[in-house]
Amino acid sequence: MLGLGVDRLQADINRLLASLFHQGVLDEQFLQLQQLQDETSPNFVYDVINIYFDESEKLLRNLRLLLMDREFSDYKKIGLHLNQLVGSSSSIGARRVRNVCVAFRSASELSNRPGCLRGLEVVEHEYHYLKNMMHELFQLEQQRILAAGVRYPM
Amino acid sequence: MGMAAESQFHVLAVDDSLFDRKLIERLLQKSSCQVTTVDSGSKALEFLGLRQGIDSNDPNALSTAPVNHQVVEVNLIITDYCMPGMTGYDLLKKVKESSAFRDIPVVIMSSENVPARISRCLEEGAEEFFLKPVRLADLNKLKPHMMKTKLKNQKLEEIEKTSNVENGVPTAVVEPEIKDSTKVEIEILPLQQDLLLVQQEEQTSSTNNKRKSVEEGISTDRARPRFDGIATAV
Repeated sequence: MLGLGVDRLQADINRLLASLFHQGVLDEQFLQLQQLQDETSPNFVYDVINIYFDESEKLLRNLRLLLMDREFSDYKKIGLHLNQLVGSSSSIGARRVRNVCVAFRSASELSNRPGCLRGLEVVEHEYHYLKNMMHELFQLEQQRILAAGVRYPM
Repeated sequence: MGMAAESQFHVLAVDDSLFDRKLIERLLQKSSCQVTTVDSGSKALEFLGLRQGIDSNDPNALSTAPVNHQVVEVNLIITDYCMPGMTGYDLLKKVKESSAFRDIPVVIMSSENVPARISRCLEEGAEEFFLKPVRLADLNKLKPHMMKTKLKNQKLEEIEKTSNVENGVPTAVVEPEIKDSTKVEIEILPLQQDLLLVQQEEQTSSTNNKRKSVEEGISTDRARPRFDGIATAV
């Protein structure tokens, strides 16, 4: 009976992942990340994605501050922040976030302020969508672990 | 057999981003390496024992630098290219300029594919240049490079040990040179087992292997006449 809960949760997880891959939100690199998780490092994916969230939010905050400043002109700094975002997003397989960061970066290379502001909005939107999806995934994983643990009650 | 645990490779990973450090650390651990991570080039040099502003050829610097083998040895340095202050390229240069550490293989990582940057790093002596995201398959390329320094350090250790023998009888001497690759001694010390294992690995590894020892082995074989039976008919 309890086994059904695990199977259903696993099916939900698989469905969610399949959907994210299909939408292009995640790519194959996410699977590479999962492969790095094992018994010696059982929370690796959770940990590293949380670091990604922390660092990305700092970068996004800085980008917003820079662009909101009326006297802003430091497009090079924007470029540097975006390089980091592009890199880390690639590394976790966050394909859509990565792509919109690249588009944003192109606008900054042309010193196009309105283009940058639009770019930032798009990145923020994609980023938050990803974050919500990851939270949902982690919740399902947590529930599945709990359900699996209850299978053999003491 | 018993060598597995002791001869784990030790990699020094350098990256200013916590995220990237976490990732490269896990990748290296998954590849059975011991890892030390630092967040800057200057910290990397400190860890190695090279301090800023001290000439690497200065005898005083060398005497205080932990070149001896009681200190944890580093078999490979893997560093991000883009870092504030000292870039990965600067770090590479400093390592290659140091007489003590220039034999440590250095690998550069970058999320940007800039051909000029890549060739500059390779020309300066980087063994490999990895584009991020780095994968497990990339790290497998590093084993031959790391084996090279590990082997060299082991040879140096044994030479030191044998030069300290005082009774003058060279009994437990380990041959530092890999001469005949086909010889398999039964009564051998652990070190020679390592050397032979490397020899076998060398022979089965890819031909892109730049190590001279394989070539030396081949040329020594050619120089020594193995078959007495070959007679030149007059």
